[in-house]
Amino acid sequence: MYSVYRFLVLPALLLVVCTVTSAQVLRVCADSNNLPYSNDRGEGFENKLAELVAHDLGRQLEYVWWPASPLQSRKLFRSGACDVMIEAPTHYELAETTRPYYRSSYVFVTRKDRHLSLHSLHDPFLRVARIGLHGVGDGEFTPPAQELASQGIVRNVSVYTIFGNLSRKNPPAELIDAVARGDIDVAIAWGPLGGYFGKQSAIPLEVSIICPEKDDPTRPLTFDMAMAVKRGNENLRQELESELTRRQSQIREVLESYSVPMLEPGSKPRSCP
Amino acid sequence: MHHPRFMAVLACVAGIFLAMANAQKQGKAGPEPVMSSVPGQLSTVHLVSPVPNGEWRLPAGDYANTRYSPLDQITQENVKNLKVIGTLSTGIPHGHEGQPLIVNGTLYVVTPFPNNLIALDLTKPGFPMKWKYEPRPDPRSQGIACCDVVNRGASYADGKIVYATLDNHVIAVDANTGKELWRTLVGDINVGETTTGAPLVVKNVVISGNSGGELGVRGKVIALDLNSGKELWRAYSTGPDNEVLIGPDFKPFYDKDKGKDLGVSSFPPEGWKIGGGTVWGWISYDPETNLIFYGTGNPGVWNPDQRPGDNKWGITIFARDPQTGHAKWAYQIVPHDAWDYDEIMENVPIDMEWHGQMRKLLVHPGRTGFVFVLDRETGELLSAEKFQPVNWAKGYDLKTGLPDVDPAKVTHTGVIARQVCPSSTGAKEFVPSAFSPRTGLLYIPAHNTCMDHESTEANYIAGTPWLGSSTTMYKGPGGYQGELLAWDIANAKPVWGIKEPDFPVYSGVLATGSDLVFYGTMDGWFRAVDAKKGTVLWQYKLGSGIVGDPITFKGPDGRQYIAIYAGIGGWMGAAALPDISLDDPYAALGITGAMKKIKQVTGPGDLLYVFGL
Repeated sequence: MYSVYRFLVLPALLLVVCTVTSAQVLRVCADSNNLPYSNDRGEGFENKLAELVAHDLGRQLEYVWWPASPLQSRKLFRSGACDVMIEAPTHYELAETTRPYYRSSYVFVTRKDRHLSLHSLHDPFLRVARIGLHGVGDGEFTPPAQELASQGIVRNVSVYTIFGNLSRKNPPAELIDAVARGDIDVAIAWGPLGGYFGKQSAIPLEVSIICPEKDDPTRPLTFDMAMAVKRGNENLRQELESELTRRQSQIREVLESYSVPMLEPGSKPRSCP
Repeated sequence: MHHPRFMAVLACVAGIFLAMANAQKQGKAGPEPVMSSVPGQLSTVHLVSPVPNGEWRLPAGDYANTRYSPLDQITQENVKNLKVIGTLSTGIPHGHEGQPLIVNGTLYVVTPFPNNLIALDLTKPGFPMKWKYEPRPDPRSQGIACCDVVNRGASYADGKIVYATLDNHVIAVDANTGKELWRTLVGDINVGETTTGAPLVVKNVVISGNSGGELGVRGKVIALDLNSGKELWRAYSTGPDNEVLIGPDFKPFYDKDKGKDLGVSSFPPEGWKIGGGTVWGWISYDPETNLIFYGTGNPGVWNPDQRPGDNKWGITIFARDPQTGHAKWAYQIVPHDAWDYDEIMENVPIDMEWHGQMRKLLVHPGRTGFVFVLDRETGELLSAEKFQPVNWAKGYDLKTGLPDVDPAKVTHTGVIARQVCPSSTGAKEFVPSAFSPRTGLLYIPAHNTCMDHESTEANYIAGTPWLGSSTTMYKGPGGYQGELLAWDIANAKPVWGIKEPDFPVYSGVLATGSDLVFYGTMDGWFRAVDAKKGTVLWQYKLGSGIVGDPITFKGPDGRQYIAIYAGIGGWMGAAALPDISLDDPYAALGITGAMKKIKQVTGPGDLLYVFGL
């Protein structure tokens, strides 16, 4: 009797414990070394938002750190290893997204002491400037790179891999360091990265939103960013939706504290200066 | 009884045994049994490098990458009696590419990550394990590798098994004891670099290339000293001449490949630093001209529109001196690649009658869908003929060495290029062909896939959102997807082919002295074929799909055996692994569209099979 009892109770106990545990945990996919987004010391805005959401949903926050390669991260997300990506563009093909909670743009980052006041990708200076931007991988393009290439501006463009050298802190930020050092005249970077490191830099940097705020489907320079869950996880998606509504102003404060250049989600392009 | 002559013979015999025992103790096998010409060899063919006659000490068996063995106990008549003699489960259900080595009665297996080296004793029934060496590579390298965590094998030289780990260590292990002798770090996973290829040892030089073209790695080959592991030279695939090891001896045949620092000027500024041209395929060697040959991968890293210029030396065949690394010539197969056509396939040096006279040839069955025949002394292109459906280029101009590219098939971001053949996976992958000096035929494991290349929905990597320009792949014209093709090199035309309806042929090929050709399919059939007629004489279904290369050897019992891995994986084979969803047409770099049925017909495996009579 005793042994049968033990055999029955232990799995039952384990089942209870496991069910409770998985219900209470929110597994967030994040990069362990990539400010201003996230790092393993909890210093990024994705960390702050993850903490906020986990708290409000009454769940314990657990990170699943992205591996370095985009191919691997796709695989990881698809495998169901994590419940949430704190940010993804709306209509992200791999996932189900919430409504957007912020909108940003690609930006120019230049040294203040150069007084370049760049706003447009049609500025004639870009034909002679030393330009730096991020490249993604095999055959892939970031939209500003594509826009410049269509104007024939390629010979004066240096491409920095978005992955960078993983042995340094915040590898993609190498692009902004290159502006500060004077290796390049202008970096064209995604807003949150440009905004944050533009502010952090010891050498004063100017960060300006690219104008016009293009949003055409083939070559957008602005993106609406949302939270993403694995396809089919509608319950969690709806929970996140209400959370975004409830905490709208607080989320905005977090993003502002990281100097994220922001536009109104879904807004019409403003006129250029 | 005490005849002095007898005593001398006895002493001599004892001496030989002592020497052998001593050699065994030092972990050094005696000289390899080889043949410089083989029975039944065509009078129009001369073997450039001796072929193994019983053992298998180099990745391709010989330096020339013929993958030919004169062993002939297994014949066209008795091949139907082949049965499994031994198996090994490595415990690692990932793509088992490459091949085992056979030295001194021992069979050596290099596994996929974590790249264990396993030695099996062929002198005992069931081939028990002698030892296992575990290099414990950095687990982060698994997240860096693009296309499964594969390894393509080892080389043996001077008592050492030499191979590379995914996290870029080249390691020498004592072949007898399994003790590590040295290890040298040759690359940096922090910048996306991994190593998957098999090093080649030429005299005292270990030559190893890198992988990681998808992440903007700068391609290179590094040479190490066999005894110490110390770096002797390194030759980059991009950058200034002094880093590509282009000097006064460099004499390319074509004007397009001449000029100073083309590895810099054929890219936008700084572009060469992430210029690709990785070297993850096979390296061959010709003792006659004392040259090594290898091909480079696609230029990195971003869209072709973003890197105007020829992008040298991506997609290039290099001929180099193995001792100094200096380039003798280079031939860029595709200037300004827009299709991801890595040309890292094997280059087979063969002396052969060509248009009536013996020539020193280099034969390269390419991803681009052409069989390239070059003069290996000069780098002159003698012939480039299509061996599968190809439409990205109409053909090659032998005077300029340039392809006649169809502009409608050039991929640009924002433009949809449809029905481009072959797809990025090529008309042939890295999986190596075999050449028989008895038939003059090259046995090519071929693919027939085409692709559409277009922009898709928004995509994101922490740090930047972008528009994914994605590739979908599917069966090419003719209603088949793979073929084992026998190619008549001298006449530049196919002789026979065995077509696969649903999968590319993703295994290497072996040709033997009894006119048998061995190869495997992705759904797990291991086959023996008549080398002259292409008739399937025997087949056996293995426990997983085949992406490895068959080898043959003579066991310590004097019998001929055939060894092959069964373990689906690699780029296209990854579609069979559990973490790739076939619902995602862009998963695994777009190959899932071409691999729809794979999960129904095979599953992950980790097996070595040894067959015998």
